Amino acid sequence: MAKVTQLIHNYLRHSKRFPHVFCPGCGHGIVLGSLIRSIDSMGLAKDDVVLVAGIGCSGRIPVYVDFNTIHTTHGRALTFATGIKLANPRLKVIVVMGDGDALSIGGNHLIHAARRNIGVTALVLNNHIYGMTGGQSSCTTPTGSFSTTTPFGQLEDEFDISRVAKVCGASFVARTTVMQASAMDSLISEAVMHPGFGLVEILSPCHTQYGRKNRFKTCVDMYKWLQKSSPPLEKYRELTPEKQEKAIATGIFEKKDCEGLEEKYARMRRNLRGER
Amino acid sequence: MASKKGESRVKVFLDWCKGCGICAAFCPSKVLSVDKQGKIRVDHEDECINCGFCEIHCPDFAIMVYPREERPPFEANIDDVAPATREELHKIRNSNSK
Repeated sequence: MAKVTQLIHNYLRHSKRFPHVFCPGCGHGIVLGSLIRSIDSMGLAKDDVVLVAGIGCSGRIPVYVDFNTIHTTHGRALTFATGIKLANPRLKVIVVMGDGDALSIGGNHLIHAARRNIGVTALVLNNHIYGMTGGQSSCTTPTGSFSTTTPFGQLEDEFDISRVAKVCGASFVARTTVMQASAMDSLISEAVMHPGFGLVEILSPCHTQYGRKNRFKTCVDMYKWLQKSSPPLEKYRELTPEKQEKAIATGIFEKKDCEGLEEKYARMRRNLRGER
Repeated sequence: MASKKGESRVKVFLDWCKGCGICAAFCPSKVLSVDKQGKIRVDHEDECINCGFCEIHCPDFAIMVYPREERPPFEANIDDVAPATREELHKIRNSNSK
């Protein structure tokens, strides 16, 4: 196993002051490790991978890894990624976003990136809250849970990120949690290799802002809750409707074969030039 | 991946450990615990079955499991050392030579 740690260190930027900025018990570090392992397992060169991030805690992930990285404006990570992919379709473009970045501020861009089916992979790190700005409720805060802006419980219904992406036409949609790190490795590799828009929703607990207000004494309690409440899709379907409401299904929700926008664009260019 | 008890060693990089306690809570054979200083301590190294859970679930890349027969990576040739400890080793070497 020691090779796993050595491998991760090959990809980190050691000048960037470690340990990283994430709070103790934050799941974003696990996602960072998983991302590195999956890219290494695919055998991609560092120069062929572009990591795009928006604003938020998850925006710190590309800072620490030695790929082509870009830290963009709030919510607009997918638009930058679209431009990069169309300009150079050879590159593997991975977008790392938080839930607020992806669905509140950049909700519009997520919908249209999924509709266009551009060959970009989006990792949405869902921690149910705006962690970096002080724990305000976001569009994914579960109904009834507490945050600084909802001291008496959230009234609104929450967004189901995977369902939104599936309905909008993304060609690969999956959900996983940080407790299933090895499953996360293979899901990220599969999403990156799949043609068309791929979205992986990763449930990553935020104990500092969300857990402490919602009766989780330690971050370990949040991880135990994640482990208990996230059954695989097959097991989730067998549950009774009351239990299904409390559980969060994990696994692959959508996988369809269709070419990405950049391939269609390349074909159109060839046709217009009269090439075959 | 899993092997018999007593065949592996566990190394914690204390500089990087934030003491969240995920590895200690989910370790199947209770090898690890959180000490009073808020860092992870290796209590029963012989019980480790090398399942690898702690290594891939540590958010800070601060724990490493390696086979017992191998030389400990942190005492080996400086170029083979995990970069987490490399800078520290350089510091020690420089201070000795002065």
